[in-house]
Amino acid sequence: MTSSLLTAKNLTFGYDDVPILKNIFLKIEAGEFIGLIGPNGSGKSTLLKLLAGILDAPAHSIYFKQNDIRQVPRKRLAQSIAWTPQEQNLAFSFKNSEVVLMGRHPHLSLFTMESEKDFAIAQKAMETTHTLPFADRYFNEISGGEKQRVLIASAVAQEPEMMALDEPTSALDIKYQMQILEILKHLNEDKNTTIILAMHDLHLASKFCKRLVLLDNGKIVRDGPPDKVLEPGILEEVYNIDIKLYRDPNGGVLVSPLLSDLSSTAEFE
Amino acid sequence: MTQKHYITTLGIFLTFLLATLAIAPLIGATNISLIKAFSSEIPFKENVDAHILFLARLPRILLAGIAGSALAVAGAVFQALLRNDLAAPFTLGVSSGAAFGAVLSIAMGWNFRFLGVPALSIFAFFGALLAVALVFSLVKVRHNEFETSTLLLAGVTANFFFAALVMFIHYLSDFTQSFQIIRWLMGGLDITDYGTVLSIIPPVALGFVILMVIARDLNLISAGVSTALSRGVNVSRIQKSGFIVSSLVTGTIVAFTGPIGFVGLIAPHIVRLIVGPDLRLLLPCAMMFGAAFLILCDAVARTLIAPAEIPVGVITAILGGPFFVWLLKRKKNS
Ligand SMILES: Nc1ncnc2c1ncn2[C@@H]1O[C@H](COP(=O)(O)OP(=O)(O)O)[C@@H](O)[C@H]1O
Ligand SMILES: [Mg+2]
Repeated sequence: MTSSLLTAKNLTFGYDDVPILKNIFLKIEAGEFIGLIGPNGSGKSTLLKLLAGILDAPAHSIYFKQNDIRQVPRKRLAQSIAWTPQEQNLAFSFKNSEVVLMGRHPHLSLFTMESEKDFAIAQKAMETTHTLPFADRYFNEISGGEKQRVLIASAVAQEPEMMALDEPTSALDIKYQMQILEILKHLNEDKNTTIILAMHDLHLASKFCKRLVLLDNGKIVRDGPPDKVLEPGILEEVYNIDIKLYRDPNGGVLVSPLLSDLSSTAEFE
Repeated sequence: MTQKHYITTLGIFLTFLLATLAIAPLIGATNISLIKAFSSEIPFKENVDAHILFLARLPRILLAGIAGSALAVAGAVFQALLRNDLAAPFTLGVSSGAAFGAVLSIAMGWNFRFLGVPALSIFAFFGALLAVALVFSLVKVRHNEFETSTLLLAGVTANFFFAALVMFIHYLSDFTQSFQIIRWLMGGLDITDYGTVLSIIPPVALGFVILMVIARDLNLISAGVSTALSRGVNVSRIQKSGFIVSSLVTGTIVAFTGPIGFVGLIAPHIVRLIVGPDLRLLLPCAMMFGAAFLILCDAVARTLIAPAEIPVGVITAILGGPFFVWLLKRKKNS
């Protein structure tokens, strides 16, 4: 058996009796940059939570470095896999620096406080994510784009081998989307951090990800390099709209949905 | 949070508590002279000032301090676990369970003592245990966490259920018992023997230690269950320990003082406004502030209509009611 970082083997999972994810096979190697795409409700968030150990997978269906993920102590897993939520609101007013420092939790033992080293790591994580300027402000009082960067900073402070990010770019304008994807790209290239992120923008996904996994209704329907996954036939089937694809001269694939009633657009020409 | 900041903040709260402890014994219906109270020339038997100080006021101040700190700490933990700053130690039914036990023992006329502890307190404590057991038997762990909404629902249900039992017993009881019941339900600090007061310290102190040990895990849970799980917190285990330990601490206090409301809501809240939500600092500060707060409320209760006394629960509620409204308004505006 190869020593993949994370392997899903015939993973089927449901919150109740209804299966949400069905027969998932997925192998994640160290250093990959994977985009998880698919319509709303297709199971992206659920899959990320299972991979990060937040939800319990059934026995023998997810392996972390050859060990059944269920057998890996939670703290040990957190030292290797970080996860960020799509949205986070705090009930209490923690400062951004405190939120980032929480990333150190899996590296601290029961009776210790954060050391100088932990503060330095958190500081560095905030530099990397350009969040230092608002370190002393409250998490609940910053913008959506800033929050995502703070969440990523916290994940960086966790010093994981892999980061699973749930739609870190979805609520943001194009500039912030680019900023976050650039940050992730640097982490991937400089620290060899494995990245798997859910996202909706297929164009940006094709630009940044070396591999795309397309989910539809709980099943993986395509898995491969962007130009193999982003094909009109499968996208039309999955998203149930007409699509035309263009090659972006600056890299990536431009996905252009077609208006269903073409005659109505003619008048504007 | 640097070490210096941590120690300075603790120091400020400690100073406040010590100042309260120094002043409170001097406040009361009669003026006492410390010089006389500590005088070695007057035999203790004839020393009225010493009697008031050592036998009436000090044990009461001690009890107020222990009760205030325990309720404040339990409140802070409940608020963190339920991620809701309107939660309090009584939210999950602990106090109404205790009230049921207490009222039952009053109505049955049980007034024996076991190891020096009055039957009333013993039954109140077991009532609290019963409520905790009931609430937790209704709540399942699902996907690595306690279902907090079910927990709240179960707590509210337990509160109603035991309140109904209390009303039923109250209705059947005679005039003297009825007075005793009402008096107990108002909450009070009039236990005046050192033995009882000191016997409360070990279980409460043990509770504090456990809560301080899991304080960082509780922080992460207060920020969000999924993120806490992803940072390696064993969420359901910490939730269980946090809820049960703070419920038992609350139950222990309520068994002796009756349900003194609002301390567990207000104290953690005020302290959080000052020191922030990090429980490693919030818990010890809330402990000291809660103690000082209840000692001061009790001083007011003892003097406002002296020589008569107002139950301290009435004072905390009168102060707490407007505060609660302010809190709700503030939340609505933000
Ligand atoms: N906590 C939950 N309990 C029950 N069903 C859920 C829960 N979370 C998500 N689901 C269901 O699982 C399916 C997949 O959801 P999700 O993984 O969030 O998809 P995506 O992230 O791709 O939008 C949806 O049908 C959703 O309703
Ligand atoms: Mg999602």
